[in-house]
Amino acid sequence: MYVSSSRSSDAASGVPRRMALRLVSGNVLALGTVSLITDISSEMVTAILPVYLVIGLGLNPLQFGLLDGLYQGVTALVRLAGGYFADRWRRLRLVAGSGYALSAVAKLGLIAAGRSVPLLGVALAVDRIGKGLRTAPRDALISLSSSPETQGSAFGIHRAMDTVGALAGPFVAFAVLGLTGDAFDAVFVVSFCVALLGLAVLVLFVREKPPAHVRPSAVPRIPVTGLLRLPAFRRVCAAAVPLSLATISDSFLFLLLQARLDFDAGWFPLLPVGVAASFLVLAAPLGWLADRVGRSRVLVGGYLAVIGCYLLLTAPGLPGPVVLVGVLVLRGVAYAATDGVLMALAGPLLPENLRASGLALLQTGQALAAMAAAWLFGAVWTWLGPDLAVWSAVAALAAAVLVARPLLRGAS
Amino acid sequence: MNNRTRLIVAAAFAVVLTVAAGAYVLYARERTTTAVTAAPSPGVSYGPVTVGAAEGAMLMVTAGGGAGSGRVAEVAGGSRTVSDLRCVRFYAVEGTAVCLTAERGARTRYFAKVLGPDLRELRSVELQGVPSRARISRSGRMIAWTVFVSGDSYLASGLSTRTGILDAKTGKVVRNMEEFQLFRDGKRLQAVDLNYWGVTFTGDEDTYYATVSTGGELFLVRGRVSARRAEVIAKDVECPSLSPDGTRLVYKKRTGEATRPWRLYVRDLASGRETPLAERENVDDQAAWLDGQTVMYARLRGDSTDVWAVPADGSGEPRLIARDAFSPVPPIPRSG
Repeated sequence: MYVSSSRSSDAASGVPRRMALRLVSGNVLALGTVSLITDISSEMVTAILPVYLVIGLGLNPLQFGLLDGLYQGVTALVRLAGGYFADRWRRLRLVAGSGYALSAVAKLGLIAAGRSVPLLGVALAVDRIGKGLRTAPRDALISLSSSPETQGSAFGIHRAMDTVGALAGPFVAFAVLGLTGDAFDAVFVVSFCVALLGLAVLVLFVREKPPAHVRPSAVPRIPVTGLLRLPAFRRVCAAAVPLSLATISDSFLFLLLQARLDFDAGWFPLLPVGVAASFLVLAAPLGWLADRVGRSRVLVGGYLAVIGCYLLLTAPGLPGPVVLVGVLVLRGVAYAATDGVLMALAGPLLPENLRASGLALLQTGQALAAMAAAWLFGAVWTWLGPDLAVWSAVAALAAAVLVARPLLRGAS
Repeated sequence: MNNRTRLIVAAAFAVVLTVAAGAYVLYARERTTTAVTAAPSPGVSYGPVTVGAAEGAMLMVTAGGGAGSGRVAEVAGGSRTVSDLRCVRFYAVEGTAVCLTAERGARTRYFAKVLGPDLRELRSVELQGVPSRARISRSGRMIAWTVFVSGDSYLASGLSTRTGILDAKTGKVVRNMEEFQLFRDGKRLQAVDLNYWGVTFTGDEDTYYATVSTGGELFLVRGRVSARRAEVIAKDVECPSLSPDGTRLVYKKRTGEATRPWRLYVRDLASGRETPLAERENVDDQAAWLDGQTVMYARLRGDSTDVWAVPADGSGEPRLIARDAFSPVPPIPRSG
């Protein structure tokens, strides 16, 4: 059920017909740039936040950790709301933009909060709300700015640009700390300025199809149930949620890796960098590949790579460096083959006027499943110990892949 | 607006933001460096410090911002000698000190530095996260630290603690106490969300007390490092610190109040009786014993931190030991 045709969406985003030969539209590159800049800003703060709380303020970061579960729940709801209102008002860019703006303001909020734990909590919550609000409308804009044939490339290039920003952020933050002799407020101010630049690029360069030709009444009032009535989209959701439910979170993965290899503590912070680097390199090529050989095929391949990760972790007799590099690269491959590709697969199955809410629903489903997965994996670990917990994850993920394959094939 | 105009507007905006960010960075740099060149406040001198302190003086880390803060100092009432040793947490016993530090670079690296009596580095262990607690056993053999490890991605949960122990005699390092076997009522407790923090040692250089959390519950555990075991002995105890005579623990306990989440308690180990201390302000610290009857701890004040002391039997009033300081070390007589 392809609702948007190649020509109409290209025309809508202002890309001339001959430009459609290019891999992705200018709008996707603009959105990628916004994400790149915004991720520099947000990862600057993430990188120094624990240091700031403990050394800068003398606070106990576990006080914030307790609120984390609550925030995740709130983010899930905000994401649904962001998608819903973006569709209902036909103002994707406006809703995404307010998300970016909220997160920018939150950086100054961190300075204003001083040492007050509740106020710091509010600033962090505002940041999360901003992130929740913008994700679905932004992905809908990417989807609507690309033809159905190039969705994989578009999301792949966006995710690669996004990751470049995420990798650069910590370096900028520590450079600022080095220059200023540990003035944390300078990091927040620079992060705020960077976030404003991202917002400016969004306002100036990201275009949105004028809402004229869709009557507001055409948007169903209760999108969630309406969305799940779309058979193809329902199949994708039914496939994606169990896959997320059977995937071990990265924190657990890194813990298992460290338990297995017992490497020096200083390397620990570099594990996510290894995954991100592999994701960054492969996101665009695998997105392109997904457009060629089928998105469902690449998506399933991505989850097989996750299974490969677990098998490497449990395989006896392999030398440490092989396990380490193998796990990090495979996890990156898995992200590159699943994160953007799933959006590329689901996007064209949704009517244009429901794209943001549809993607929001799918992402929220995945996020809630990931939360449940963390809880489940923890419970199985407690019950059976770490080795059997990993084997249970292998079995569960293999089952989820077997269920997902026919569903995804039927959908696309 | 055509594309050209857009580009010009974006470039102009980028220039304005770069100038603004740059100006703030310069201002912040100015602020932190002027603090160095300013004349030292009365009573403050700079110079070398050793593990032993003069009568009536104690080692702690200076606070309050500026370049003179975050250093190990010998503090006696209003006067202090500030060394150039930078630590984010510090502890010492006769002959041995431990300094948890952060070293900036492309990425920040953290170390536990074991120091001799002249505070010169003997060995260094790299840590996995932001340092929080440090303790040394009485003879200087066992050295423990706790760090905070953040999650793997932005806004993801997974903030946790890691506690490590170094046996300075054998050189063996327990990188993560979560490797220990944990028992509750004789049954093995396996959980993925285990977090240990706040170790304190008894006089036998092997037995320890610590906090462990799992599934939202907090436990006081006791065990022997050599046995790689921990046994739950009580609930709701954080950051224990054993009295010099080994009969009592001071620790913080959650109050349930939002603005004052922790209060100090002392537990008599023989009877299990728990006494709240007279300090009513929030105390988020692993307290240290000033002497057999008094505990001391850091308390936040505005942008700084002060060291306070309070009687260990619940009586009396808190009294200020030192302004602009934290991580106090019990008095160690100067040898020779």
